[in-house]
Amino acid sequence: MDDKNLTPKERLKIPPQEMPEQDPAERINNVDEVPYGYTEELARMEADRCLQCKNKPCIKGCPVEIDIPEFIKAIAEGNFRESVRIIKETNILPAICGRVCPQEEQCQRYCIVGKSHKSVEKAVQIGKLERFVADWEMKNGEAERPEIRKSTGKKVAVVGSGPAGLTVAAEVRREGHDVTVFEALHKPGGVLIYGIPEFRLPKAIVMEEVENLKKMGVEVRYNSVIGKIFSIDELFEKGYDAVFVGTGAGLPNFLNLPGENLNGVYSANEYLTRANLMQAYSFPETDTPTANSRNVAVFGGGNVAMDSARTALRLGAENVYLVYRRSRKEMPARVEEVEHADAEGVQFLLLQNPVNLIGDEDGWIKQVECIKMELGEPDDSGRRRPIPIEGSEFRIDIDTCIIAIGNSSNPLIPDTTPDIETNRWGNIVTDDETMKTSKKGVFAGGDIVLGAATVILAMGQGRKAAVAINEYLETGQW
Amino acid sequence: MNKIIEKEFITSDLFRMKVEAPEIARKRKAGQFIILIVDEKGERIPLTIADADSDAGWIALVAQIVGKTTKVLSLLEVGDSIRDLAGPLGKPTHIEKYGRVVVIGGGVGIAPAHPIAQAMKEGGNTVISILGGRTKELVIMEEEMKAASDTVIITTDDGSYGNKGFVTDALQKLIDDGVFINLVVAVGPPIMMKFVSKLTKKYEIETIVSLNTIMVDGTGMCGCCRVSVGGETKFVCVDGPEFDGHKVDFDEMMKRIQMYKPQEKEAMDRFLSE
Ligand SMILES: Cc1cc2nc3c(=O)[nH]c(=O)nc-3n(C[C@H](O)[C@H](O)[C@H](O)COP(=O)(O)OP(=O)(O)OC[C@H]3O[C@@H](n4cnc5c(N)ncnc54)[C@H](O)[C@@H]3O)c2cc1C
Ligand code: SF4
Ligand code: FES
Repeated sequence: MDDKNLTPKERLKIPPQEMPEQDPAERINNVDEVPYGYTEELARMEADRCLQCKNKPCIKGCPVEIDIPEFIKAIAEGNFRESVRIIKETNILPAICGRVCPQEEQCQRYCIVGKSHKSVEKAVQIGKLERFVADWEMKNGEAERPEIRKSTGKKVAVVGSGPAGLTVAAEVRREGHDVTVFEALHKPGGVLIYGIPEFRLPKAIVMEEVENLKKMGVEVRYNSVIGKIFSIDELFEKGYDAVFVGTGAGLPNFLNLPGENLNGVYSANEYLTRANLMQAYSFPETDTPTANSRNVAVFGGGNVAMDSARTALRLGAENVYLVYRRSRKEMPARVEEVEHADAEGVQFLLLQNPVNLIGDEDGWIKQVECIKMELGEPDDSGRRRPIPIEGSEFRIDIDTCIIAIGNSSNPLIPDTTPDIETNRWGNIVTDDETMKTSKKGVFAGGDIVLGAATVILAMGQGRKAAVAINEYLETGQW
Repeated sequence: MNKIIEKEFITSDLFRMKVEAPEIARKRKAGQFIILIVDEKGERIPLTIADADSDAGWIALVAQIVGKTTKVLSLLEVGDSIRDLAGPLGKPTHIEKYGRVVVIGGGVGIAPAHPIAQAMKEGGNTVISILGGRTKELVIMEEEMKAASDTVIITTDDGSYGNKGFVTDALQKLIDDGVFINLVVAVGPPIMMKFVSKLTKKYEIETIVSLNTIMVDGTGMCGCCRVSVGGETKFVCVDGPEFDGHKVDFDEMMKRIQMYKPQEKEAMDRFLSE
């Protein structure tokens, strides 16, 4: 097809290209990635759907302002290397973002093609295209690494190796500063490695991105819990000139229900960490055990809940119930995840809420009592507030229960660094533009500032912080 | 990677290791622990730091072989390395001048009790240590505990060494003898800590226990280590490991540490058959 000759009308006629994916019945028996990704033909076909709008409305929806029409044009022309280069000007982790960003609420929401069809689902599949070129680059030899400026002799400590920390590390290293990333766990990536499952984000991708950083000269130190092994002040004493705190929202929320400490009751963080980081799905090949579940209830409606439910299926559960207090429409999870969970057989118990966890005499969970809900007036979040229907309680037999109702900020750094100001939720307070904290030389970004948010927002804040860090190191002015 | 520089078996299933970890050695305080991973496929397990030398740059760990991980760890030799070691974790023991402190160590719990006795002594307290074991060979670190205490009392369940009976019997005797006790610190099997706390509650003696729950990350991220303390859920790895013994729900905790018993047995059997 000769792209240049397509009229907008013809472009609008091309249907959105689906990514081929593993069959649901098959995939619940393995942890391999679900969608296979576009082929070159599919990608170029999808790229042809883009109208190359002059005012580029989609960019407005992208937290790091990728030049979307330009990278799509390069794909349409078959110039994949150029396409990745354009993306990487503002996003260093496209293989990851292409897979996990909520595009339907970001770029694709603003896409004119979607608007013409009056359906955001028919927008140009920007995320799938991003994934395609990023994967293409990984498959086709060395990723292009940015040029590193001459060494400045300045040292920066990055605390936490989640998307925020990794972004800062790359952008600060580029300017010729020495960068050490301190990570509490034994592997890098934060939620990308311990939370988001293999079937959604293969860990080899995360590891490869970190390898690229190391090749740029970034040092990564694992098993280093800052606040314990060194305080932030001690990092300065050790000669670091600036510190970035990207420690994430690693504090699981519980419901404060009776029976929450029964055996078989997990936070989503624990359940997913066992499965992903510790590879409990290969037990006893690997040493970390997890529950041998048959009937699982997951509480929540976000990505974390979907990931937990789908992981439970893959670990062999027969029935996985997803209990959510609003309706499907209000679920904060990415649409694709909800669809995947549905197709795989997760049973949605909508407009229901757990009120009591009931155990047996050995201290194991055996039932959950739920109450039915109805939707009332919209609340602060704009979503309709769920109200319990009196007398509608009922019980479900379960042996495992996963609480996926969100995370709060990890308190380790704020607790050990009292001169870093936090708000009443424990999030670090920063300047919106520079990500400076109340402590001189210390910047912060990602979930520790935003509360549990998204990968791309964490990266966006990392970028802002990196710009400010580079400037601070050059001028010395706070 | 942390190199093992010394290893000795205290009994056939209890061993002590010195491991190179200069930064942890410098930073750690009494009551803190580390999390280690033995090898590539290993799980994360917590072990209390039993001793450390900041100049020589090592920490000492004492472990009992209770499952596959501790078994594999026990098979490592001097010169081998432990894949991952993170710490020091948890809050240090609160040390102040209480007056007379009774430090109780049960079995392998004597190892973590040792630095606490040391620190209490350095903090200006009179330290009476009660060491308990099922039988003579399970009463470990007697010499070290003697050096860290003013008095050491030994009990064995079978009477093969010291007084016959439980650590609670020895504690009861101290109380009956009119010894005024300002604080009791108990480290050992949950059932021991439960009964020590029960006894001291009766006499209203402040009691600290050090809890050894199952953990994963050890940084407060997963909640696997949670316990009920005074009706509130606490995370042992970041809020503890030491808590007010009178408030801990030991029954709940004892159930929780049994959670993976079948899987642990499966892993061990599989390992032994290989
Ligand atoms: C299960 C799950 C699924 C998700 N799915 C999506 C999705 O599909 N799309 C999306 O956009 N977002 C998703 N999110 C949210 C997203 O993962 C986070 O918003 C993002 O990872 C935040 O990045 P971060 O760099 O701020 O922190 P994190 O990724 O949380 O990383 C923080 C890192 O800091 C380390 N750390 C913490 N304390 C210390 C310390 N004291 N010293 C040293 N290191 C420390 C931690 O170990 C961790 O590695 C999901 C989250 C979860 C839990
Ligand atoms: S809004 Fe849609 S059609 Fe327009 S440039 Fe962006 S991706 Fe292309
Ligand atoms: S071990 Fe995970 S929170 Fe304590």
